[in-house]
Amino acid sequence: MDTTHIADAPPPTPQPSATEQKRAARGATRPGDRIFLGLSRGSGILLLVIMAAIAGFLTYRAALAISKDEGNFLTTFEWNTSATPPVFGIAVLAYGTIVSSIIAMVIAVPIAVSIALFLTHYAPRRLSGPIAYVIDLLAAVPSIVYGLWGALILVPHLNGLNGWLNDYLGWTGIFEWQGGAARSMLTVGILLAIMILPIITNVSREVFRQVPQIHEEAALALGATRWEVIRMAVLPFGRSGVISASMLGLGRALGETMAVATVLSPDFLIHTSLLDPGGGTFAQNIASKFSEATEFGRDALIASGLVLFVITLLVNGAARAIIARRKEYSGANA
Amino acid sequence: MAKRIDVSGLNAYYGSFLAIEDISMTVEPRSVTAFIGPSGCGKSTFLRTLNRMHEVTPGGRVEGKVMLDDENLYGAGIDPVAVRREVGMVFQRPNPFPTMSVYDNVAAGLKLNGSYKKSQLDDIVEKSLKGANLWNEVKDRLNKPGSGLSGGQQQRLCIARAIAVEPKVLLMDEPCSALDPISTLAIEDLIGELKERFTIVIVTHNMQQAARVSDRTAFFNLAAVGQPGKLIEIDDTERIFSNPSVQATEDYISGRFG
Repeated sequence: MDTTHIADAPPPTPQPSATEQKRAARGATRPGDRIFLGLSRGSGILLLVIMAAIAGFLTYRAALAISKDEGNFLTTFEWNTSATPPVFGIAVLAYGTIVSSIIAMVIAVPIAVSIALFLTHYAPRRLSGPIAYVIDLLAAVPSIVYGLWGALILVPHLNGLNGWLNDYLGWTGIFEWQGGAARSMLTVGILLAIMILPIITNVSREVFRQVPQIHEEAALALGATRWEVIRMAVLPFGRSGVISASMLGLGRALGETMAVATVLSPDFLIHTSLLDPGGGTFAQNIASKFSEATEFGRDALIASGLVLFVITLLVNGAARAIIARRKEYSGANA
Repeated sequence: MAKRIDVSGLNAYYGSFLAIEDISMTVEPRSVTAFIGPSGCGKSTFLRTLNRMHEVTPGGRVEGKVMLDDENLYGAGIDPVAVRREVGMVFQRPNPFPTMSVYDNVAAGLKLNGSYKKSQLDDIVEKSLKGANLWNEVKDRLNKPGSGLSGGQQQRLCIARAIAVEPKVLLMDEPCSALDPISTLAIEDLIGELKERFTIVIVTHNMQQAARVSDRTAFFNLAAVGQPGKLIEIDDTERIFSNPSVQATEDYISGRFG
């Protein structure tokens, strides 16, 4: 193609070199463009450097601790960093973190999506504004306040629920109740669900609001009821957005510290029943132990924090994979 | 099969604004009726009153009667959802469901209406796509997303989706205004075939198109901005374009409008 062009062309005027053309195409020749390019590129690089520094720091300190760990770091049910030799492992913390987050997601995602649908597709406008405002307020409450509310009000009031679960679902083993105070994984899960509700609701609401009118009308014109419109046009279009919203919520649930530390009565056992008091999470364990830990104890806590970091990365990666798998159906190309 | 539409004394409002006033007309079954008129004269609004889509717009409200054979679409106890299953619609911008495959797009309306066996669905999807002159182009990619087709193909996909549920009437709101001339021609040919099975009403800004595809033409106009749109006249297309009975129609179609 190029050769024919050149053959027909009049004697060539001096052409800018290939690199110059490339630079011009990227728009970096004007001073404003150059400054902006430098700024945005610099910010990007800075972010990567900070992330690498954090990862490097965590890995170094964690390696110091793990190399002296007498037990298996991944499977030990104990956290005794001041013993000689030290024995500690993250099995209970990983279990508690994941289980409490799963409970929170199971409770919060359906409720949040329902609220978002109600606000965008059912509620009259003068009602949806105030409700959205109240939900935003929920997000602004500090987590220690949630923790105190959970410990002082939620825990004493959950005995009824625990008894009911024990009566009807006790046979499954995971809802068996011995009658202890409700400082359990289930309570933590419920509290986390309330805490992550606003973020999932808000992001889902934005996503549902962006469903193009023409797709909803297409469904309506086929004779779809309001619920069928939501099922045919709104939910599929909002699917990847809801997944992203849930991941934001999950990220908060995985890392939540003060609320969990206030409500849970921690121990280093894996309880089959979600209603048994005890267990622990990464963030709660770090918060409870950090202030009194020795230098070595801190390194061990950092090692556990690194595991939380890896779990969060894995969860985010999985979510991205789910979204990418159906990208061509995402509606982004409509 | 195709049904007659008989509109009398129809007013449509947006909130307190009267958008179209006192419209009465009859649309014969198995014919194509074109609505022409300047922008804002209420042709699309009127079209959307024929399948009760107007009231979906916030503040949308309709007075008057629309008879589909013997049934008043605005009668007491009539479910708008049921009306829309009888009166299909194709929109200005092609709007296949982006999250669905070609196949699922065509089957979307059927799945709302009841349960079908897979083999029945296959048959109806094939028949509808053939009916929309799209089958040969998409038969090898029925499971690919509908939004991956070209604009003209997407619009024919929307037509296939609309006719799959066997409506009595097919409404088209400027179906070619977002398409190139070749795709437009394909749709116009299709309209000629579809009118043997359906009652078709089409809104168009393209007067040549109205002349090419329609049997009857209705001219809408409004006195001024802020005034309600009105039906000026409806007559055989040939007569509207050769010898209309109202001066305003003549002015509009000969370009002397305004």
